[in-house]
Amino acid sequence: MTSALYSSAPDTAVERHTFSVLVENEPGVLARVIGLFSGRGYNIESLTVAEVDRVRRLSRINLVTTGSRMIIEQIKNQLDRLVPIHKVRDLTVEGAHLEREIALIKVVGSGEKRVESLRIADIFRAHVVDSTNTSFVFEMTGRPEKVDAFIRLMEPLGLIEISRAGVVAMSRGTDGI
Amino acid sequence: MTTDPTKTESRAMTGAEILVQALADQGVEVVFGYPGGAVLPIYDALFRQNRVRHILVRHEQGAVHAAEGYARSTGKVGVVLVTSGPGATNCVTGLTDALMDSVPLVCLTGQVPTHMIGNDAFQEADTIGITRPCTKHNYLVKQVGDLSRVVHEAFYIARSGRPGPVVVDLPKNVVMAEGEYTTPSDLDAPRHGSYRPQMEPERAKIEAAIELIANAKRPLFYTGGGIINSGPQAVQKLRELVQLSGYPITNTLMGLGGFPASDKQFLGMLGMHGTYEANLAMAECDVMIAVGARFDDRVTGRLADFSKGSKKIHIDIDPSSINKNVRVELGIVADCGRALDALVEQWKARRCKPDATALKAWWDTISTWRAKDCLRYRQSGEVIKPQYALQRLYELTKGKDVYFTTEVGQHQMWAAQFLKFEEPKRWMTSGGLGTMGYGFPAAMGVQVAHPEALVIDVAGEASFMMNMQELSTMMQYRLPVKAFILNNRYMGMVRQWQEFFHGGRYSESYMDSLPDFVKLAESFGAHGVRATKPEEVDQAIRTMIETPGPVLADILVDQAENVYPMIPGGAAHYEMKLGPDHGELKETTDKGMVLV
Ligand SMILES: Cc1ncc(C[n+]2csc(CCOP(=O)(O)OP(=O)(O)O)c2C)c(N)n1
Repeated sequence: MTSALYSSAPDTAVERHTFSVLVENEPGVLARVIGLFSGRGYNIESLTVAEVDRVRRLSRINLVTTGSRMIIEQIKNQLDRLVPIHKVRDLTVEGAHLEREIALIKVVGSGEKRVESLRIADIFRAHVVDSTNTSFVFEMTGRPEKVDAFIRLMEPLGLIEISRAGVVAMSRGTDGI
Repeated sequence: MTTDPTKTESRAMTGAEILVQALADQGVEVVFGYPGGAVLPIYDALFRQNRVRHILVRHEQGAVHAAEGYARSTGKVGVVLVTSGPGATNCVTGLTDALMDSVPLVCLTGQVPTHMIGNDAFQEADTIGITRPCTKHNYLVKQVGDLSRVVHEAFYIARSGRPGPVVVDLPKNVVMAEGEYTTPSDLDAPRHGSYRPQMEPERAKIEAAIELIANAKRPLFYTGGGIINSGPQAVQKLRELVQLSGYPITNTLMGLGGFPASDKQFLGMLGMHGTYEANLAMAECDVMIAVGARFDDRVTGRLADFSKGSKKIHIDIDPSSINKNVRVELGIVADCGRALDALVEQWKARRCKPDATALKAWWDTISTWRAKDCLRYRQSGEVIKPQYALQRLYELTKGKDVYFTTEVGQHQMWAAQFLKFEEPKRWMTSGGLGTMGYGFPAAMGVQVAHPEALVIDVAGEASFMMNMQELSTMMQYRLPVKAFILNNRYMGMVRQWQEFFHGGRYSESYMDSLPDFVKLAESFGAHGVRATKPEEVDQAIRTMIETPGPVLADILVDQAENVYPMIPGGAAHYEMKLGPDHGELKETTDKGMVLV
């Protein structure tokens, strides 16, 4: 008997998993997904949704969640059970994948701090998309941890507002979802 | 309206007519419902045809439970029709019940016209929002052009895969608009390519399962309602596999009837009030074969101590049932019937021979557990023991074409222990949700499906009073349902928990000011009988069975009787409490106390 047939051993350690979910683009489908998470007490760390196939009316939900192995497996199966859901992929389990996030970050200040913020933005390859004499709005794209790091560095430099889009994800390599 | 000439069935009809046509084409014979403003066009369409019959209930909750009884006793989809707002909200309990117990239903709810949705219109409720978590799927039909497709799809979703309730919300302008009808055969596969239950088991997993099963030393089959939902093939193949292997089998509350109770390999029901032998066999087995069961907390007890030494095989059509509560070694997603068929085939092909010595030792152990005679009770004195009443009910109905439903409470557990089911679909009880008020309307639905059969609701007086208005429906449609009320003047199950876990403080569990059930029956034009002493029980049962029409049997039973065996909430199987002469109940831990 090959071990692949058997479920892995129980594990209570909390893991972070990224899912990509292909859904029918119909009213209420997002409510079904969110209702599932709130009703069953699962965590949502990030959720993004947009139409990706106009002809077949498919939307893609990218979802970051945390839980034990058993919970993560439940989340996948519970999502898969919803009628308008086409595909559920646990990218974390399936191997190498990309995660990107876009964020707008507003920093207000002058003098040294203002210069310092520009210098750091440059290192992070963030762009200035709006500026006044005393403020910048930076646009940055990258892995969520990179966005976190940038925000942390901006905090002492006059950070006053953050807008993050949430994680979009995709597997590496030749296979499509 | 443009008509597609290739579709011979297509012609302009109103939405209401399309709906009724779709029901007829889905093979619907009967709808349980209650009218109101938003559904009047549908009632008008029903009035002008005679293919689909309508049963007018007295409360929408009754309609849903009746449809559940109809569905569970036939294997067909039960259909409900109610109005918007309160009509729809009154269905929520029944829908949740059907979801928990995997009962196929289509519930048609009226809705205010589309242009008024969201305006707090009269009798508007967000039915889709309210029923989203208590249905398998739900639809709001926004245009008449979608109507036939949605209705056909709703039936397909309700009955396929793991069955469940589907709500179709119908705005009044949509059912009044003219549109075209499409027959089920005109539809390609239902639009949701996303919905595709996995029916066939993976070959490699079946082979791995057979390996485990054939080499077991202390095996046990643990089967549930999935066997019954799956249908005759599952029932047949389960019998074959159990017989071929010679292994013991236990059923869940929902699974009773999935395997003949009289068979010597049957250990009875398992779980909180299951038999000693079934629960200890669960605790001690080395290979557990779970089929169409879902490791409910009423079955497992304390998870940390649940059958620690066993390898578990779990066959279920719902992938989310596998590894939900209990980690299993081998999960097989498939229809039970097909998986069991494959197992039987493999067993035969490989000429499997169980380890006879080990199996004999296992059965010897089981015999010592059986010898405890855990359901033993003593009928003495002037007071009727509820167990005695049920045992007599079983004896006096044995061999008849009989169906049983129950309410929820002690009587339900005694019914599960003392009635014996030889075939599936004869036992309808609210397992997952535990809905008091389920049994009486469910019995009504069973009776509609089986007009000549004897249909008995085993009830507690408190539960009975939750949906007793349906007696009026039964009178109207001449549905001779019998309610066998084990009247202990208490919410017995609540009283039992208060006695065990709350220092005997019987807070609000005594039923005061009960009606005289005999007179109550008479006031509806039905018949009532009463038994107050053990020697009156047989006569009361005979009268109940022989009297035409609905009968309420008021059986006054011992007020202090408790259900045994009992595994207290949060305890392990081996911590089971047997009757009063078998020793004290273990102190329940705080952790156990929070469990229900
Ligand atoms: C709708 C609903 N409300 C409350 C409960 C909680 N409950 C479970 S059993 C029970 C008492 C049932 O009393 P009765 O119908 O007289 O049956 P008995 O236990 O006495 O046999 C109650 C209140 C429930 N199961 N369902």
